[in-house]
Amino acid sequence: MTIDLLPHLKQMLSAPGLSGYEDPIRDIIRTAWQPFCEEISVSRVGSLHALKRGDGPEPRPRVMLSAHMDAIGLMVTGIVEGFLRITQVGGIDARILPGQMVIVHGQRDLPGMVVMPPAYLLPPEAGSGVVALPYLLIETGLRADEVEKLVRVGDVVSFAQEPLELGSSALAGHTLDNRVSVAAVTHCLDILSRRKHAWDVWAVASSQEEIGVTGAFTSPVDIQPDFAIAIDVTFAKSTGSSDWRTFPLGEGVTLAWGPNIHPALYDAITKTADELDIPYTREPAPSMTGTDAYAIQVVQSGIPCLLIGIPLRYMHTPVETVSLKDVRRAGRLMAEFISALPLDFMQTLEWK
Amino acid sequence: MSPMKEITQSSRKRIGKRQTELLAELCNALSVSGDEQEVREIVLREVKPFCQQVEVDAMGNVLATRIGSGQDKVQVMIAAHMDEVGFMLTQDDGDGIFGFSIVGGIDERQLVGKPVIVGREHVPGVIGAKAIHLTTPEERKTALKLEQLRIDLGPDGSGLAKVGDRAGFATRFSEIGPSIRAKALDNRLGVFNLIELLRSAPENIDLLAAFTVQEEVGLRGARVAAYHFNPQIGIAVDSTPANDLPLYDEDGENTRYNTRLDRGPAIYLMDGATIADRRLAEWLMKTAEDEGIPYQIRQPNPGGTDAGAIHKTRAGVPSISVSVPQRYCHTAAGLIRKSDWEDTLRLLSAALSRLNSKILTPLEA
Repeated sequence: MTIDLLPHLKQMLSAPGLSGYEDPIRDIIRTAWQPFCEEISVSRVGSLHALKRGDGPEPRPRVMLSAHMDAIGLMVTGIVEGFLRITQVGGIDARILPGQMVIVHGQRDLPGMVVMPPAYLLPPEAGSGVVALPYLLIETGLRADEVEKLVRVGDVVSFAQEPLELGSSALAGHTLDNRVSVAAVTHCLDILSRRKHAWDVWAVASSQEEIGVTGAFTSPVDIQPDFAIAIDVTFAKSTGSSDWRTFPLGEGVTLAWGPNIHPALYDAITKTADELDIPYTREPAPSMTGTDAYAIQVVQSGIPCLLIGIPLRYMHTPVETVSLKDVRRAGRLMAEFISALPLDFMQTLEWK
Repeated sequence: MSPMKEITQSSRKRIGKRQTELLAELCNALSVSGDEQEVREIVLREVKPFCQQVEVDAMGNVLATRIGSGQDKVQVMIAAHMDEVGFMLTQDDGDGIFGFSIVGGIDERQLVGKPVIVGREHVPGVIGAKAIHLTTPEERKTALKLEQLRIDLGPDGSGLAKVGDRAGFATRFSEIGPSIRAKALDNRLGVFNLIELLRSAPENIDLLAAFTVQEEVGLRGARVAAYHFNPQIGIAVDSTPANDLPLYDEDGENTRYNTRLDRGPAIYLMDGATIADRRLAEWLMKTAEDEGIPYQIRQPNPGGTDAGAIHKTRAGVPSISVSVPQRYCHTAAGLIRKSDWEDTLRLLSAALSRLNSKILTPLEA
């Protein structure tokens, strides 16, 4: 079978799944990965583990692909006259919030929006310039008595922006960080289902990346991989963002280079990309990467890691934008690299 | 308000599926000041069947007349502006990225991270923001300025739009519980209400309906429409802010709400552009009380409606405004109560039926 990536991705983008509350998105990913995998399980902290067996003799070496599935969002901290006060789950710039459409996961899902009260309703200084998160409210359109019945402090809130196709190759929406990487893993599994590969492939949709890479610290203990590839979004060049940390949109993936990355693994995957003419840019990651690779590398006695980046504009806003070309490239690069792995690959990695 | 509640409920049959669908079509249309064609087309389609005269004037106003058959008819002009606040593309940076200006009044803090639609084809785009990871804490305390923002149509979006195209928020109309959430409720509510009033205009008036342009950039369409109609009475039907949110200090009381949801139509006595005609205010309030329709007085505040232009036209036109209270005007999405919308329409309809020229006699005598 082949998966049509755009509908798969759109389906994932419309499913909630805040850090620690990943059930809805996990069910969708499980359904998408099931046809390609022999074993599927859920870790103690909610990550999805899916095994696609290789055809080498047992015991086979294992590669783990880790793409976090959790989303950033908001949480209800109080209810005042039918309006909700909120805090953030994950990193959110309060400047993007006024006027954003959300879904409040109360006794039932309630459509809502973040609203900015006029300055004269706020303490002096709080209303001019940026209105900080504690002063913003959520409006549900319901009257106060109804809100009291349906919402409790601690209920989580997802962004509700529908995904938008921009031109012929770009997609905009919320939580493209990091559902595009999950889609790239799906694409990789799809390609591998028509190819031979000696290694076992463990696909992981990890939990709670956005609030402390919890899933990535724990999944390698269950899976015991020989090495791991983390897939996450990276910064695309856009208005106001053009320094060395940013990369062109739609012109290839990035391969991170720095202390979280095993240099010999890096050399091996770039060789595959060069041979197949899959475009990539070396992404300097001089310190910590802020991705699953940061965690996986130091699990137990250490795990060699790679990090593939998919360039994305406007990260952590509801209008994050990617090029679908880059998503496919990430999936294809992983599939090509994995299907070519010899059984003694780990022995060929040398420190030099 | 409670003794009136039962009457209100029993006679409430004005807002059904047809009405809601038409309001949705009006709100989802893009009609930025100076380019009101999308709404104009809908208005022309709707009003032609029951008006004796319909024309589009030199500015783009739709002027529709429904003549009554009674004696001693009153010439009433009702104005509803068709335009909305929005954007114009002003600069092509290449690769589908466009600089833009604001048309009308929109708080720049409402722009960031929003989907937009551009041009007659409603090409989708987004107003992005720098990733939080790349900002400093100091930067995050400074509101983003219009000059720092761009509309992004995607990397192959260059040919999809051009400098001069209008754009607006992409918000789609939705009903949530007792409320409606949409862009441009200011003033598609007024446009809808005026279409409905034309549909069922009483015979004791000549209804001179002006669907006006360029209200949001200076009440410009209403001025020439009022000159053309030369009416005895002017009424602007619009939507006005309901700033009835809680104070952050929960011990305090919000006394500057302008209007409040669930309190019915807002009758104006004074705003920044008009002192309403006292006789018309009394006529509207008396009608509401007789008919058991809830109403509220809009707090006298700055701001203005088409009445600001109408009442100063020719030798002067006694004028007033009636608005549907709306939270979050001039943002990506406003919010109203369906009951307030319905009660506004009921009040206007009932008031027109009892209108006669005696209303204006005290000053003329």
